[in-house]
Amino acid sequence: MGLTPASVPTLWRLARLDFDAVRQQHVLLYPEGAVLLNDTGAAILQLCDGHRSVAAIAQVLEERYQCDVLADVTEYLSGLFDRELIRDA
Amino acid sequence: MTLDRPTTLLAELTYRCPLHCPYCSNPLAMAGAEAELTSEEWTRVFTEARELGVLQLGLSGGEPLARKDLEDLAAHAHQLGLYTTLVTSGVGLTRARAEALRNAGLEHVQISIQDSDTETADRIAGMRASQHKQAAVAIVRDLGFAFSINVVLHRANLDRIGDIIEMAAALGADRLELANTQYYGWGLANRNALMPTADQVVAAQAVADEAILRYRGKMQILYVLPDYYEKYPKPCYGGWGHVYLVVTPPGQVLPCHGATQITTLHFDNVRDRSLGWIWTESPAFQAYRGDEWMVEPCRSCPRKAIDFGGCRCQAFTLTGNAANTDPVCTLTPLRAIVDRAIQEATGAPEYRYRHISPASAQTSSSTDKHPPPGH
Repeated sequence: MGLTPASVPTLWRLARLDFDAVRQQHVLLYPEGAVLLNDTGAAILQLCDGHRSVAAIAQVLEERYQCDVLADVTEYLSGLFDRELIRDA
Repeated sequence: MTLDRPTTLLAELTYRCPLHCPYCSNPLAMAGAEAELTSEEWTRVFTEARELGVLQLGLSGGEPLARKDLEDLAAHAHQLGLYTTLVTSGVGLTRARAEALRNAGLEHVQISIQDSDTETADRIAGMRASQHKQAAVAIVRDLGFAFSINVVLHRANLDRIGDIIEMAAALGADRLELANTQYYGWGLANRNALMPTADQVVAAQAVADEAILRYRGKMQILYVLPDYYEKYPKPCYGGWGHVYLVVTPPGQVLPCHGATQITTLHFDNVRDRSLGWIWTESPAFQAYRGDEWMVEPCRSCPRKAIDFGGCRCQAFTLTGNAANTDPVCTLTPLRAIVDRAIQEATGAPEYRYRHISPASAQTSSSTDKHPPPGH
């Protein structure tokens, strides 16, 4: 189980990324559930467009934050994949 | 403890429903249409809920399609940014209404199906609902809604769990909720007729476990355990007044949809108080928050951080004290109550069908007549 750097993650059809003005925080909404996201999590999910691979997402973030994030990004998305909130396109 | 913001509101828009399912969690005494909150009142409740932090809205009932203003309420919820689920039997969902709901911004529709076998499905619904449901499913799929099927499991359908899963997959569900009956409201009144046997429970679990893996990534399957057969109680919505609240058709605010059964508490009404006050200040919501209220064996138990002592409504209903450990827990001598209930539940299912009759419902019992199918 889990995703590899070559996987192409996409949000589950039933899930929606949103910004909660009350909590001032990004949230991932889906039937009968919500994940409250930190800034890093939100940045990763905003790059899940069904075209970029995990490696490509990591590369964008590495340029932005100037540090190695591939392992963290893979682990984070794999966690959501295990919860069926992310699909491998 | 810090008070968390609620994430989920279940809006029971009406108790009216064309179905008569004997496992319904609604109370035995139900208010009629004349007592229901108005459109303006519901709109205010949704706005206050969003301001309080609610992200998820369930439009439920009864049958929410019985409300003529459902489309307006869905539109308001969408404008607030709520992720909204229509929890429906599918009966009354015409293409015109479904299109209006889609245009209002409704995202997710959950349709209940009673069984894979049409005859037993209609028997438990107390009406010929199956054909209406097939039509509703086709419309929901056609309009591209996120689509869940919900099936309540009990003695008369648990053996067909495999067929039910295949049926849901064939109907194109994105998500399937298989919920063993919880014994609240009408469900409790029908407990003897609904309770599965231990053998049924073991067999069904194996079928569910296999299907969950097989359908991974295609159809998400949630299996809600039959808690009477569990060793430990269910962690009811993360504990009392933690993330979840319910507003009933006449406006009472509850921490759990079964809470009207706790007759020792007074539940405030959105007609008298703001939702924010009720969530943060009202005595009923504060009664069982945190763990100060707990008695033994919960008080000194490490599992109190996992299951919060189980369900307060179940503790009250079965023991008369809502602060007791949920009698499902095998760590309390109260468990004997649940074991006895399992042993007593035998024989052919004779259902007491759900109906709205506020004046007489609380005292009537075996004399209840259920309407013939197709009434």
